[in-house]
Amino acid sequence: MTQTQPLTLRARAEAEAARFPPLLARAEHLAGTVLLGEHGRRRAGQGDDFWQYRPVQQGDPVRMIDWRRSARGDTQFVREREWQIAQSVMLWVDQAASMRFSSDPNLPEKADRARLLALAIAVLLVRGGERVGLTGTTLPPRRGNAQLLRLAEMLSRDDDTDYGIPESRAMIPQARAMFVSDFLSDIAPIEAALTKAADRGVRGLLLQVLDPAEEAFPFQGRTIFQSVGGTLAHETLKAGDLRGRYLARLAERKAALADLCAATGWQYQCHHTDAAAQAALLWVWRALERGAGT
Amino acid sequence: MIIGPIGFAAPWLLLALLALPILWIILRAVPPAPIRRRFPGVALLLGLKDDDSVTDRTPWWLLLLRMLAVAAVIIGLAGPVLNPQQDRQPGSGPVLIVMDGGWPGAQDWTSRAELADRLLAEAGREGRPTAILRLTAPEEAAFQSADLWRARIAGLAPQPWTPTADMIARATEVLPEGGFETLWFTDGLMIDGRDALLAALEARGPVRVFASGRSPVALLPAVYQDGALRLTARRAEAGAAQDLTIAAHGLDPSGTPRILANLPLRFETGETEALTEASLPAELRARITRFEIEGLRSAGAVALSDDSLSRREVALVAGREDREGLELLSPLHYLRQALAPNADLLEGGISDVLPANPDVIILADVATLSPSEEEALLEWTDAGGLLLRFAGPRLAASEVSRTEEHPLMPVRLRAGGRTVGGAMSWGDPKTLAAFPEDSPFFGLPIPDDVTVTAQVMAQPDPTLADRVIAQLTDGTPLVTRKPIGQGQVVLIHVTANAEWSSLPLSGLFVRMLDRLAVSSAGQGIDAADLEGTTWQPVTVLDGMGRVQDAQTLPGVDGAALLTGALGPDLRPGLYDGGERRLARNTVSADSVLQPASWPSRIPVEGLNRPEETPLTGWLLAAALALLLADVIASLALSGRLMGARAAVILLVAMSALPNDAAASDDFAIAATTELKLGHIVTGDPRLDETALAGLRGLSETLFFRTSVEPGAPMSVNLETDEIGLFPFLYWPVTPDQPTPSAEAYEKLNRYLRSGGMILFDTRDADVAGFGAASPNGRKLQQLAAPLDIPALEPIPEDHVITRTFYLLQDFPGRHTARDVWVEAAPADAEQIEGMPFRNLNDGVTPVVIGGNDWAAAWAMDERGNALYPVGRGFGGERQRELAFRFGVNLVMHVLTGNYKSDQVHVPALLDRLGQ
Repeated sequence: MTQTQPLTLRARAEAEAARFPPLLARAEHLAGTVLLGEHGRRRAGQGDDFWQYRPVQQGDPVRMIDWRRSARGDTQFVREREWQIAQSVMLWVDQAASMRFSSDPNLPEKADRARLLALAIAVLLVRGGERVGLTGTTLPPRRGNAQLLRLAEMLSRDDDTDYGIPESRAMIPQARAMFVSDFLSDIAPIEAALTKAADRGVRGLLLQVLDPAEEAFPFQGRTIFQSVGGTLAHETLKAGDLRGRYLARLAERKAALADLCAATGWQYQCHHTDAAAQAALLWVWRALERGAGT
Repeated sequence: MIIGPIGFAAPWLLLALLALPILWIILRAVPPAPIRRRFPGVALLLGLKDDDSVTDRTPWWLLLLRMLAVAAVIIGLAGPVLNPQQDRQPGSGPVLIVMDGGWPGAQDWTSRAELADRLLAEAGREGRPTAILRLTAPEEAAFQSADLWRARIAGLAPQPWTPTADMIARATEVLPEGGFETLWFTDGLMIDGRDALLAALEARGPVRVFASGRSPVALLPAVYQDGALRLTARRAEAGAAQDLTIAAHGLDPSGTPRILANLPLRFETGETEALTEASLPAELRARITRFEIEGLRSAGAVALSDDSLSRREVALVAGREDREGLELLSPLHYLRQALAPNADLLEGGISDVLPANPDVIILADVATLSPSEEEALLEWTDAGGLLLRFAGPRLAASEVSRTEEHPLMPVRLRAGGRTVGGAMSWGDPKTLAAFPEDSPFFGLPIPDDVTVTAQVMAQPDPTLADRVIAQLTDGTPLVTRKPIGQGQVVLIHVTANAEWSSLPLSGLFVRMLDRLAVSSAGQGIDAADLEGTTWQPVTVLDGMGRVQDAQTLPGVDGAALLTGALGPDLRPGLYDGGERRLARNTVSADSVLQPASWPSRIPVEGLNRPEETPLTGWLLAAALALLLADVIASLALSGRLMGARAAVILLVAMSALPNDAAASDDFAIAATTELKLGHIVTGDPRLDETALAGLRGLSETLFFRTSVEPGAPMSVNLETDEIGLFPFLYWPVTPDQPTPSAEAYEKLNRYLRSGGMILFDTRDADVAGFGAASPNGRKLQQLAAPLDIPALEPIPEDHVITRTFYLLQDFPGRHTARDVWVEAAPADAEQIEGMPFRNLNDGVTPVVIGGNDWAAAWAMDERGNALYPVGRGFGGERQRELAFRFGVNLVMHVLTGNYKSDQVHVPALLDRLGQ
C-alpha cells in the first residue's frame, strides 16, 4: 500500500490534470477570437489611463492641476484618469446529469459547451483584469491565471443530481453573474435564485444551452423517455403526437425565462450545441460589457 | 397439382396457407416494443397524455405486408411452375431416355439437350426415376433421381459415328429391368437392328419418339478428278432446294489456319445428292486440310483431306533414251504408266529437273554421273529428296560402287550381275520372298507370276542386311535402301522395264511405288494395299465436327482403317502411316443416308415445346423484397428510422458494393487531391511519428519557400496501400521492421521503374558505410536486395541534386555524414568544354541512400516548432537549415528531374535564337 499509494495518486493526478489543459486550451483558443477593446469603466476615477481634462473646480487641490495643459491657455485644467477598478463576475455552470446529453455523436454534450463558454469568458475577464469566481462559497472571485486553473478544475466536476438548481448563496452585492444551464428543471428554484441575486443588486445573464434534439423533438412511435440521471420517465405510445405540445411547453419555458430576466434586469439568450461557440461567446462578452456601464 | 397455368411440385405445402389467419391474429395482438430513450426534455413531457391508445397495434397494412411475404415463401416452396407440360396425363414408373447420339444429331444437339433436360425436370417433378441410354456408347443405365441425370446432360456429347448393329445389340442387352416408359431421341437416320430394339422397348412400356425437323446432311470426301476437285454432299430426305456453302480450310503461306476457298453447293428440289466442282491451283489444293459445310456443326459435315489432293512431282531420268527403240522397251514406259494417274511427271536431264525441286527423282539405269550432277543430287537428297534407282545393263557393266560404296548407291555391287533361268543358265527364274516385317512393303500380297531372270548383285557387307527391304526367295537382295540426310536412296536391282523381270508388269510394282511414297495414292487405294500397316491417328473429329488432337489414341490396323465400322476404336480423323497420311472420314462414298421411318403406332414429336418457367425463385425474391420493405416500415413506425439510416439500409440492400473498394478509393483520393509526401510505415510507432512529423516539416518548408505546395504528408503501408500515387517516399530503416511481402516488392519495383523515388535513411550516421557492421546497414541490405536498384555512387559534386533549388555540397540531417548515395552517372558522361557540369544522365535517381536521420532534423509539431535538437546552438540551427535545403532540393529533383541540368544549355539556346 505504501508503495502503491504515491503511484496511484500520481496516476490519478495525471488523469485529472489531463483534463485541464484541453478545456483551458480550448477556452483560451475561443477567447483568442474575441479582440479585447479598451476596457475601462468609462468614467473618471482611479486608474492609470488618461480620461479627460476638465476645468478646475472649487475644491480641487492645486497639485491636481495639469500645468502643461493649463499653460496653453488662460484656464486651468485638471487631468482626470479613467476609473479602473476590477469587477467581480460570478459564474454558475450547471453540472447536473441532464447537461451530459448529446443527440448525435458529432455534437458536443451540453455540459461540454457550457463549461467551454464559461471558461472562455473567464479567460477574457481575467485578461481584462476582472475577478472571476463561482457562485456559492466554493471559489470566490479572484484575479490571475491561477484562478483560471482553479476554475477549470471546479468546472470539470460532474454533479450527480438529475437537474441542476442555480446556486445563489454568498452573492457579492453589485457583482455580475452568469448562469449557464439548460433550465429544463422546475422553474421555481430558478426564479428564486434569480430574484435573490437581483435583490442583492447582482446583474447578469442567463445562457440556456440546448441540444438540437430538444428543440426539434424528432421522435416517433412508442417510446419511454428517461432523464439522463434516470429519475424521471415518461412513456408514450405515439411520440410524434407529443411534439406540438412539447414544443409549446418549451416555448413557454423560454418565455418565462425571458420574462424573468426582463423583470430583474438580467439578459437571456438561448444557445444550441450545433451552433458555433464563438457566436455565443461574443454575445456573452457583449452582454457583460453592456451591463457594465449601467 | 395444376391450378390454371401454374403447376406445383409440392402442392401439400400450400396447406400452410391456412395458418396465415392465425398468424394475423397473433401479430395483431402483440404491439411493437417501445424504445427507451435518454432525453433531458422529459421534464417538460411529464403529465402529457396520449390522444388515442389504438396505435400501439401493428397497422393493418404492415400486417398485410408480412402476410404477403409469408404467403410468397409458402407458395414459392411449393414449387410453382408456369406452363407445365399438361398436354398428356402425368405418367408413372421409371423413364428411360434413349438417344441415338451420333453425328447426324449434332446439328441440333443443343435443342436435344434442352428438351431432354426439360423432360428430366418433368419426370423429377413427378418423382419418377430416370436413366439415359446412348446407343452410340451403350452403358448400363441405372434408374436414378432426375436431378442427377440433369447434371450430367451437359457432359453428354454426340459421337462422331452412328450406332452399329453391335452397339444396338449391346444396348438391348443392357436395358434396365422392369417396365418403364421410353423417350427416344432419334437422329433421323435408319439404324441397323433398330426394330429389334424398338420391340424390346415396347415390351417394357410405351415408347415416344422425338425427332428433329432438319434432315441430316453429310459431306463426302473430296475427289480429285480431271484436274478439278469434286465435292459431293448427301442428305437423308429429298426436300426443298437447299443452298449450302463449303469452306475449304487450310494453312495460308504464313502457316495461319484460314479459309482458303468457299464453294457453293445446291441441293435441287427432290434431290438427295449435290455436287460441286472447283479447280484450284495445285499449290493451294495441297494446303487444304479439311472441307466443312458452313453452319452445320456435325462430324458428317466435315471431310478431312489427306495426301490424295496433293500430287507429288516425280522426275524421270533415263540413261539411255532410245528414241529409235520400241516404246515398250523404253526403260521409262512402265514408270510413266504407273505414275501418271497420281503424280506430276517431269522428264529431262538431271541438271534440267533439279531446279524444279521434284519430290522424287527416278534414275532408270543411269550409271555414271558427272561430278557436278552428283554433287547437286547428293545435296538434293540430303535435303529430303527420294532418289529411286533402277538397275540395268549399263549399271551392271559400269564400275560404279564396285570397290567402295558410291554415295548415291545403297550397296556395293558385284561385277556383272547374274542371270538365272535363261537359256544359257541353270536354275529357274527366281520369285520374290515374302516381305519382312520391317520392310515398308510388309503386307503386300506377292503374285505368283512375278519372276526375276536377271539382277545386279550386292556385295555382302556388314551393313547389307539392314539395307535390304525386299529379297528373292534365295535371299539375294531385290530392293535396297540407304538414308542420306533427311532423304534416302533406293536401288531396285532389276530394270524398270520388263527386260530383266516381270515385276513392272504386275500390280505389285504400282503398290511398291505407293509404299515408297513415289506416287501419292489415296484414290483407288484398297484394303489390300494397307495390309499389315499400322496407322497412328494425328487428329480426330468429335461429334460436333471439331478437329481435335489425337493425343494418346492407339494406332489402327491399315486394313480396318478403310473398311472398318467407325466406333470408339476407330474414330474419323487423319492417320499417319510414316510416309503418308490418310484421312478416314465419317461418311464415305458408298454411305447411304436412309431416313428413319417409324411404325404408325409410335408417336413422333418435334424437339420444340413451350417453355416451362419455374416460379420458385421469383416468389422467394419477392418475399425477400417484402421483408425488406417490412424492415423499413417497422423502423419508420417505431421512430428508429432516421433519413440517413434509411438511405444506408436501402443502399446496402439494393447494391452490394464492396466497402473496401470505397475505402481504397478514399486513400487514393486523399493522396491525389494535393501533392503529398509519404513515408513507409515501419511498425515502430515512435519512428513512424517522427517520419510523419519530419515530412510535415519538409512540406511546410516547401510550402513557404517554393512553388511546391504539398498537403499534409501521409503514412503509406507497403502491403495495403497504393504507392504509385506518391512522387517521393521516405523509408527509415530499423533493424526490426518486417520485410515486405513479394507483392509489395513487385509494387516497389514497379514504382522505382516508373519514376518514383525512395529515400532510404539508416539513421546511423553512416558509421558502417552501409556495410553489415551496423544492424541498420544489415537491414538495409536485406530490404534492398530484391529491389531493382541500379549501380550507385556517392553524390558527385556536379550532380543535379546539388543545385535544383539551393546550391549545396553537404547533405546533413541530424547527423552530418558526408556520403549520400545516388544512381551512378553513366561511364561515358563527359564534361563538355566550357560547361560547368558534366552532361549527366536523364531522369531521376530512383533511390537516395544515406544515414543522416533527416526526418528528425525536419520534424515539426503543428505549430512549427522543431521536435528534436540538432547540433548545438546557432551552428545546430544552421545544420537544420541545411537539412531543410537538402529536402527542398530532393523534392525539386523528384518533381523537375534534370531540368536544372538542362539550364546549362540556356546560353547556347539564346545564342541560337540570335539574341
